Amino acid sequence: MTTVNLWIDGKNVTARQGMTVMEAAEEAGIRIPHLCYHPLLEKTGACRLCVVEIEGARALQSSCTVPVAEGMRVHTMTQRVINARKTVLELLLANHPTECLTCEKAGDCALQDYAYEYNVRSDVYPGKKKEYPLEDNNPFFTRDHNKCIVCGRCIRMCADIQGQYAIDYAYRGFSTRVLTAYDESLVDSPCVFCGNCISVCPVGALTPKWERGKGRKWQYEKVRSVCPYCGVGCQIYLHVKDSKVIGVSAADGPANRGLLCVKGRFGQDFLEHPDRLTKPLIRVDGRFVEAEWEEALSLVAEKLSAIRDKYGPDALGFLSSAKVTNEENYLMQKLARAVFGTNNVDHCARLCHASSVAGLAASFGSGAMTNSIEEIENADVIFVIGSNTKEAHPVIGTYITRAISKGARLIVADPRKTDLAACADVHLQHLPGSDVALLNAMMHVILRDRLHNEDFIRNRTEGFTELKEMLEEYSPEVAEGITGVPADKMEIAARIFATAKKGTILYSMGITQHTTGTDNVMSIANLAMLTGHIGRESTGVNPLRGQNNVQGACDMGALPNVFPGYQRVDDPTARGKFEKAWGRALPDKVGLTVVEMMNAARAGQIRGMFIMGENPMVSDPDISHVKESLEQLEFLVVLDIFPTETAQLAHVVLPAAAYAEKEGTFTNTERRVQRIYRAVPPPGQARPDWLVLCQIAKAAGYEMDYDSPADILAEVATLTPSYGGISYERLDGEGLQWPCPDPGHPGTRYLHKDKFTRGLGRFYPVAFKEPAEWPDKDYPLILSTGRVLYHYHTGSMSRRARALDELVPGGYVEIHPKTAEALGIADGQMVRVETRRGWVDTKARVTDTVSQRVIFMPFHFAEAAANVLTNPALDPVAKIPELKVCAARVTLAGKGDAQ
Amino acid sequence: MSAQLHAFLERREKVKEKANAPITQPQVFVGMGTCGIAAGAQDVLKALREEMDKHNLRATIKKVGCIGMCEQEVLVDVQFPGSPRVTYGNVTPKKVSRIVESHLKEHVPVQEWVVGEVATPDDPYPGNPFYTKQKRIVLRKCGFIDPESIDEYIAMDGYSGLVSVLTRMTPEEVIEEVKKSGLRGRGGAGFNTGLKWEFARKAPGDTKYMVCNADEGDPGAFMDRSVLEGDPHAVIEGMIIGAYAVGARSGYLYVRAEYPLAIKRLKKAIADAREMALLGENILGTGFSFDLKIKEGAGAFVCGEETALLASIMGQRGMPRPRPPFPAQKGLWDCPTVINNVETYANIPGILVLGGDWFASMGTEKSKGTKVFALTGKVANTGLAEVPMGITLREIIFDVGGGIQGGRQFKAVQIGGPSGGCLPESLLDTPIDYDQLNRTGAIMGSGGLVVLDDRTCMVDVAKFFLKFTQSESCGKCTPCREGTLRMLEMLENISQGKGTEDDLLKLERLAETVKDASLCGLGQTAPNPVLTTIRYFRHEYLAHIKDKTCPAGACKHLITFYIDAEACTGCTVCAKSCPVAAITGERKKPHVIDPALCIKCGACEESCKFGAVLRGKEGAV
Repeated sequence: MTTVNLWIDGKNVTARQGMTVMEAAEEAGIRIPHLCYHPLLEKTGACRLCVVEIEGARALQSSCTVPVAEGMRVHTMTQRVINARKTVLELLLANHPTECLTCEKAGDCALQDYAYEYNVRSDVYPGKKKEYPLEDNNPFFTRDHNKCIVCGRCIRMCADIQGQYAIDYAYRGFSTRVLTAYDESLVDSPCVFCGNCISVCPVGALTPKWERGKGRKWQYEKVRSVCPYCGVGCQIYLHVKDSKVIGVSAADGPANRGLLCVKGRFGQDFLEHPDRLTKPLIRVDGRFVEAEWEEALSLVAEKLSAIRDKYGPDALGFLSSAKVTNEENYLMQKLARAVFGTNNVDHCARLCHASSVAGLAASFGSGAMTNSIEEIENADVIFVIGSNTKEAHPVIGTYITRAISKGARLIVADPRKTDLAACADVHLQHLPGSDVALLNAMMHVILRDRLHNEDFIRNRTEGFTELKEMLEEYSPEVAEGITGVPADKMEIAARIFATAKKGTILYSMGITQHTTGTDNVMSIANLAMLTGHIGRESTGVNPLRGQNNVQGACDMGALPNVFPGYQRVDDPTARGKFEKAWGRALPDKVGLTVVEMMNAARAGQIRGMFIMGENPMVSDPDISHVKESLEQLEFLVVLDIFPTETAQLAHVVLPAAAYAEKEGTFTNTERRVQRIYRAVPPPGQARPDWLVLCQIAKAAGYEMDYDSPADILAEVATLTPSYGGISYERLDGEGLQWPCPDPGHPGTRYLHKDKFTRGLGRFYPVAFKEPAEWPDKDYPLILSTGRVLYHYHTGSMSRRARALDELVPGGYVEIHPKTAEALGIADGQMVRVETRRGWVDTKARVTDTVSQRVIFMPFHFAEAAANVLTNPALDPVAKIPELKVCAARVTLAGKGDAQ
Repeated sequence: MSAQLHAFLERREKVKEKANAPITQPQVFVGMGTCGIAAGAQDVLKALREEMDKHNLRATIKKVGCIGMCEQEVLVDVQFPGSPRVTYGNVTPKKVSRIVESHLKEHVPVQEWVVGEVATPDDPYPGNPFYTKQKRIVLRKCGFIDPESIDEYIAMDGYSGLVSVLTRMTPEEVIEEVKKSGLRGRGGAGFNTGLKWEFARKAPGDTKYMVCNADEGDPGAFMDRSVLEGDPHAVIEGMIIGAYAVGARSGYLYVRAEYPLAIKRLKKAIADAREMALLGENILGTGFSFDLKIKEGAGAFVCGEETALLASIMGQRGMPRPRPPFPAQKGLWDCPTVINNVETYANIPGILVLGGDWFASMGTEKSKGTKVFALTGKVANTGLAEVPMGITLREIIFDVGGGIQGGRQFKAVQIGGPSGGCLPESLLDTPIDYDQLNRTGAIMGSGGLVVLDDRTCMVDVAKFFLKFTQSESCGKCTPCREGTLRMLEMLENISQGKGTEDDLLKLERLAETVKDASLCGLGQTAPNPVLTTIRYFRHEYLAHIKDKTCPAGACKHLITFYIDAEACTGCTVCAKSCPVAAITGERKKPHVIDPALCIKCGACEESCKFGAVLRGKEGAV
């Protein structure tokens, strides 16, 4: 590191080469005022408030842009500099409404602070003022062009960091302002309402609507937390005033680095929603009646115990939750196993990444994202398959767009033309369910052209010969017939990926939610090993996990086959360890998975269920079947924050505390364990899930006593090698990435560095198999399902977030224009979508996002639930249902022949 | 020697021979620069062809660029074998038939319309005071060659500089030669060209770019346009030589879209140069490759600022960024980029043919060579003049420019466009020299020279330029975006008689801050017209402020139009021209203007043939 010496205000300062004068001054304790400068953003020197005098320079220089130089003499506080700063502030104030009394930003406004500091008046330059109407036509935030000081931070955030390019400068001179192209409303622009512009606006030009009037900066406390929506694990600050969350801002977490998406920033008001459960409810004569905790808890313990006693422990089923904390998942599986004696415990990971856990464990020995989120930005080729990253993991999407702007190439394989596919160098628009053929064809090309990494294959893997043989028959021409992707596109994609320096693969449910889900995952593993793009920084096989704590729920053993840390229940050593720790004999038989439990309930084999924070009545395939199954139960208890569609069927409903109302940890998709903190009390009598679980155990005769979640994690650490070094004391701030085996271990950024978890990486040759259900004469279309940016999973939270639901109030089905034309369907018409399992009526969205044979529905909307239609056929290994492919037909609603 | 080079040299021999051979049939030259075309050259050309057909006459018609006497356009030259080339000025289609009949047919020149006889490119009209003090290097070929003929350029030693560079010199030697010449950037700031090239050459990176700034935007400036229209190959050759020197493989000509003729001629020139292996892969077989693209500007003045121009080339909004890094370190796509203006490049071929010492022998100690000026405003000879550095403003205005139109009084000269300043009579002996001009508060600028007479109000001039810079400010930095508007508002107040002496001080202070704190050259120089007019014509500001009068009678709020009853003939023309019916009076009797209705548009004054409409102090009548 080269250093330079310079003088700032007569003080000798040593700075690093490449630093700006402002940075050097800050380090030396000399504060320089600034408005357009922001550490996250490119430095533009626009506001001119940070000007300083540099000896030898003719004019004043913006200290945020001038690099330090040896011997430079800088003066930051001369009269000339102060005059310039005062003038800049006078000019800004002359054209700025002085509405500080009512301005949302008062107290947190840089202009206000500097005006005070420099004692600047607003009437020095009377004359023209901007008079633009307030822009208020979206549910999320308002734009006040009159308060805007045109510093350009929002523009740089939108373009350089978020990669969205929704806004830019428009017009010239005094008329310059920040607008969308053609001054369209934000709703009609590429804006995705991430609100990251708001977080960098130094004045009150951009203000979130739901926070308005609720409190100013000095009135609220900021409590650090982790966003409860997706698995990215963005750290947030909850703004707390009078025991209420009145706002949200981004924290500088390792996954999000100050960014958020629309749900994280504008979707937290569900906490205050009137639907929140506040008292235990017991069904009496078909109606829910409020009850006291004691009564409800003993009823639950009594009923579950009675069923166990009568039908045996395996007549009970437990659904844990990817939304609650690690500690709570740990207790749930402990409750199932130690208290009630069954391994019938599972959670919605079954529906999203069970095949990743199974497939990657087979190939590598460990079923998690191999690399870290921030490494994506430095990859030179990114291959995204089956992931609508910009909508489902929006903040990870920004890492991809930033990588692109640094020169990385992007390959996207997706049956839909997603926004991400639009950014790709190559978009492989394959048919749903044809992933293995596509991946095999790419590997075929790589081998044929000798682009594979021989050293890596020789030193790090086994089973290559079998793979090689199998790949012979998958020429791109053959694969074209299966995938519908032109052979030359697969060739190009293969070559781009194989010749990368650092190629990384990101995938998600487009890969996993198939009857061939495990095959798909192993195929991806094959591609990574074939090219040697694993075990190094910015490479790897990276399943993007869905729920905020789905990784943690799996890690904690909320799965029917493993204890915490993926220690098998049928391994006597592991079982012995847990029996000793928990003081009970434990079942050795692998339990039932989610869909299997529903089938068993339907068949009368499972009689009682405990569902915590899950909503299978929207999330699971073939909902009619789920309903029948749950209705069949003798006893169903649901622990949740809302009266979900599933809770409606329960005998007892228990009110839970939400993430902001309790302590705990979440493990995000990059294996990072992060803390959440109690910011506000739970509503009414709602209790944290961990406490409820302890109390049920106790009522069922098992001592489960913990002072706090920290105690629970301490127990987890003793039993789970990969969490061995993780404790609350170490988790403030950045958190820790497992494996973290001992208290001195710094955590692990990326896996499989010199050695795979299982030793050698294993190639499993995978042949293409058709999906379980394929279009035919009666059901000629392929129905695929997925997510939209503005909602999350079953909508239990996002549809109770006012602004999110206002912008996207209902579901729809995407139909290709040609298909729609042939069916006589126009955009916006109500249509009936039917499969062998049922039908729903929903709105047609005619778009070429999908190809002609494919239709697509988001699954968040209970009133038009896509999962009424989906196929519960299972992957034989991972038992994940085929949510991504089934055969369907579409007719105009009211004209169809079904009923 | 490569085949391509051999072919080039052979062709050069041939075209030179042809150019030097005595002409065998009559030649007619028509000035077809934008100035000529605007004056009606197309119609003249058409008439010429028709008349010649009518009389069955044969002559070579050559379309040439601007020779500088824009005042006299349309210019048509007639030359017979063995006779001098006779120039006619202010030619109209009507005049053509007589010129054809008398001169082309009967060999008798129409003396009353003759401007002069053309001698050499170095001194086109010996004895004509417009040319006597000029020194034509950049403009040497303009008006002499057909700009669309690469052969005519080559015949006048075009591309010979490039050949000697590519065959005999290392890039370092080229840079040394340019440094020796002392050439400084003609865009206005005057940075040493050789030094700039050296920085770019030494900057790390394999990909480097050459850019030509042809976004000439100053009001009243048209030097670059004339060069591009009259001698496009000179600029291209300069760029190729520069590219060789710095190690660039591609370059851009950023030309404002308002110059369609320049763009058309550049495109033709680029295509012709490519065809002769002077551009593109493996130039003249030497292994050096360089190619050019044209990027048309979209009408933003600020894109003449180099960093904004680069942003515009890259497809971004044309907005400047702070320097450092300078483009020579980090320019297009973060690669080292040399950006020079049209006139700078046009100087290069001559320097490489005749040597840096030759160039350095002209001019002052620190400003070498010549400078092209666009003479406009109230000067008698408006047009394009190239003068050696060191000549005084007085010589340019009164000798080359022929003094003030209509024999009126000189008041000021505005030099350097919106970034420049207004200099009074007392500074007319300032020599043309970057540093000496800077000391006056003006700048050399790109070469706009607007001469103002006693009827021009200096507050009004400052207002005019500030209005321009305010509306062309890119809006990025606060002082320029907000400050220029506040300055303009204060000037407006003063011109309306509403200003105070405090306002004047405030205006000066704000102007100084805008100059000191703005991000780019546009903002940093925008106050110059204000500051120089206050500095040299403070009394005129004070007249507006204290006496509420505009001494030049230009500020409408401070004047009243009235009719001199004695001079008025009652012709009613003024009443008819008045858009608001403020003038009344019976036919053949003196008319009267109603000051309550009058909007001071001046239409009556313009329409009156008897000088009966007069201006007086507001409320005087």
